[in-house]
Amino acid sequence: MSRIVVAMSGGVDSTLAAALLHEQGHETIGVTLRLHPCEGSGQARSCCGGDSVAQARAVAGQLGIPHHVLDCQDLFADEVLRPAWDDYRNGRTPNPCVLCNARLKFGALLEFARTLGAERVATGHYARLLPGADPAAAPVLHRGADRAKDQSYFLFALDPGQRRAACFPLGGLEKCEVRRLARERGLVTADRAESQDICLAGDAEGFASLLAAQFAGGATRPGHFVDETGRVLGAHRGVESFTIGQRRGLGVALGAPAWVSEIRAGTAEVVLTTREEALLAGGLEADGMVWQAVPPEAGTRYRQRPTPASVVRRADGSACVHFLRPVKAVTPGQAAVLYQGDRVLGGGWIRRSLPLPS
Amino acid sequence: MIYLDHNATTPVAPEVVEAMAACLRDCPGNPSSVHRAGQEAARRLDRSREAVAALIGAAPDEIVFTSGATEADNQAVLGLGVSHDGRASHIVASAIEHQAVLAPARVAESAGTRLDLIGVDALGRVNPADVAAEAGSGTALISLMLANSETGVLQPVREIADFAKSRAIPMHTDAAQAVGKIAVDVRELGVDLLSMSAHKLRGPKGIGALYVRRDFPAPVWLHGGPQEGGRRGGTENLPGVVGFAKACELAAARLAEYIGRVGALRERLETGVRTRFPEAVVNGAGAARLPNTLSVSFPGIEGARLALSLDLAGIAVSTGSACCGKRPQASHVLLAMHHDYGVATCAVRFSLGWETTAAEIEATLAAVAATVPRLRTLNPEP
Repeated sequence: MSRIVVAMSGGVDSTLAAALLHEQGHETIGVTLRLHPCEGSGQARSCCGGDSVAQARAVAGQLGIPHHVLDCQDLFADEVLRPAWDDYRNGRTPNPCVLCNARLKFGALLEFARTLGAERVATGHYARLLPGADPAAAPVLHRGADRAKDQSYFLFALDPGQRRAACFPLGGLEKCEVRRLARERGLVTADRAESQDICLAGDAEGFASLLAAQFAGGATRPGHFVDETGRVLGAHRGVESFTIGQRRGLGVALGAPAWVSEIRAGTAEVVLTTREEALLAGGLEADGMVWQAVPPEAGTRYRQRPTPASVVRRADGSACVHFLRPVKAVTPGQAAVLYQGDRVLGGGWIRRSLPLPS
Repeated sequence: MIYLDHNATTPVAPEVVEAMAACLRDCPGNPSSVHRAGQEAARRLDRSREAVAALIGAAPDEIVFTSGATEADNQAVLGLGVSHDGRASHIVASAIEHQAVLAPARVAESAGTRLDLIGVDALGRVNPADVAAEAGSGTALISLMLANSETGVLQPVREIADFAKSRAIPMHTDAAQAVGKIAVDVRELGVDLLSMSAHKLRGPKGIGALYVRRDFPAPVWLHGGPQEGGRRGGTENLPGVVGFAKACELAAARLAEYIGRVGALRERLETGVRTRFPEAVVNGAGAARLPNTLSVSFPGIEGARLALSLDLAGIAVSTGSACCGKRPQASHVLLAMHHDYGVATCAVRFSLGWETTAAEIEATLAAVAATVPRLRTLNPEP
């Protein structure tokens, strides 16, 4: 069987992925990515703390497979954290996990795997790669069998070469099965909290302030809350602290529930609305589309639960999506991923939301 | 597994395991106790101290047992390099010292001590004249390792100790890599302080010693008891000390055999690498080196990746840690020698030992010959 590298975070998912591949007879090598300067910090973040290395090493020892640590701190800062900070500065809400998968796990780690003589990289993601209509082409990304745990959204940006090299041993399993299989094998991580794709910080604001400390010496861009007519409602601590649809923790009292409906980075204005329906969008425009299935024809309609939509594919790599039912809090900087059933058709980065048709 | 990382640590000699097991089993006493159990423990401690002292030509009362060379280095650097009376202090050390010297030296620097780090030539050697140019009557300590752990290159400790003596400057050497691999004699070297470690010469981890020349005014290190001449209080690690002593006896009895046997294997490995890869850089070639150490840079191939590939082939060698950034880890030693980031990141260290066989060297050469070209095709740009 072939040699394969497994990205091991120390959590139950990547651990079981490694165990399954090892049992199937693959020559399995565990690698843990070091993303943060953890040493001496005393912090144990969900999947990137120093103890995740120890956990992964313990499991690798239990399985009898080699385990290495790949130091990716610089690359993580350059390719994931810096773009995320740029997004926040521009009034967008970044999705660093998509970049981390494309640039690190199936980027730098895949390159590292090749130096070890392995052609494939496996992770504990809940997603599936299935042959497409053209069996010679790269496999096509699908949702994981466990719809509640599906992580295909975070993997849309993988290019064909990355999809050929990727392996998701848990894609066909339910989470409860994963725990059961891990317990059956006596894996030391069987009952450990999962790391999922949130290895950065507990909440969005914590992440933003972490980035502000790293890239701007803690400086943020304060400005004003305004209402939809432009009237000033108060001062805010920085445009980086907010996301579309946010209601809690605004730091301003209007006497009625209010939501963030727009972030205007140019003027450092955060627009609040007291009408929840103002958050509804009729569609979106997305950039940097990665199409992986048969390219959809312009105007073809695709159904996606729970939001059916039609999509227009443009030649410049962008796409225009129209929802058949309004969608709340469409957020620039996040990913828009298009599905047909369980199949991922493609995805891109939300540039702006489109208003409801009048 | 073919283990070629003896400069990191050595397998423990079977005789050492036996001696330590016997001590743990048969000698429960505390050397400080007055009863017979204590007396027996004290006797074993005394005999052990003699054996360790004998290996480096010292007297037993000049040996202070420590937890290892790192503690001994800290004791020397912080004990002497930090002024306690408000006067300016000064440390001179080489830029290629182990972190066990460099890190405490920086601590001393942050406490007000002036720190001068002396560079090396392209072969990794300190020039004694450079040390003499920096050190003077106000210098509190000169620290220069006897053999570099990464390249094995020997340093002119005796010449610099002569100079230090002429200026009454305390002289320390970190000999952790040298003791047991080459003849080391503290009288001949003329140093005041010398650090050593048991686990580099087939002894156990967690035990080492600081040689302190008799009458040299070294400070108390651990307060709390009369042990180790009052310099390092606390009940002695007797099983460790006994194992250390047995390792020293073995090393002393077979040093010439070690140098001949291991040196020949290292030459075989070095010649084989050079023949197969004429572009490879043997770091420190041309300088006097430890007989067991071979540091090679394969241009264009990050050392960590070669080391991990060799690990998958069952061969353990040493390198920095694997890294995927634009600037992989470079050794401070190789950077000091080459001033070339590329060469410095492309090194792996083979360090041989008593257990190494000719067949293992041949297998290693075959694995390197198979791995280097494969990595080169993946990464054509150096």
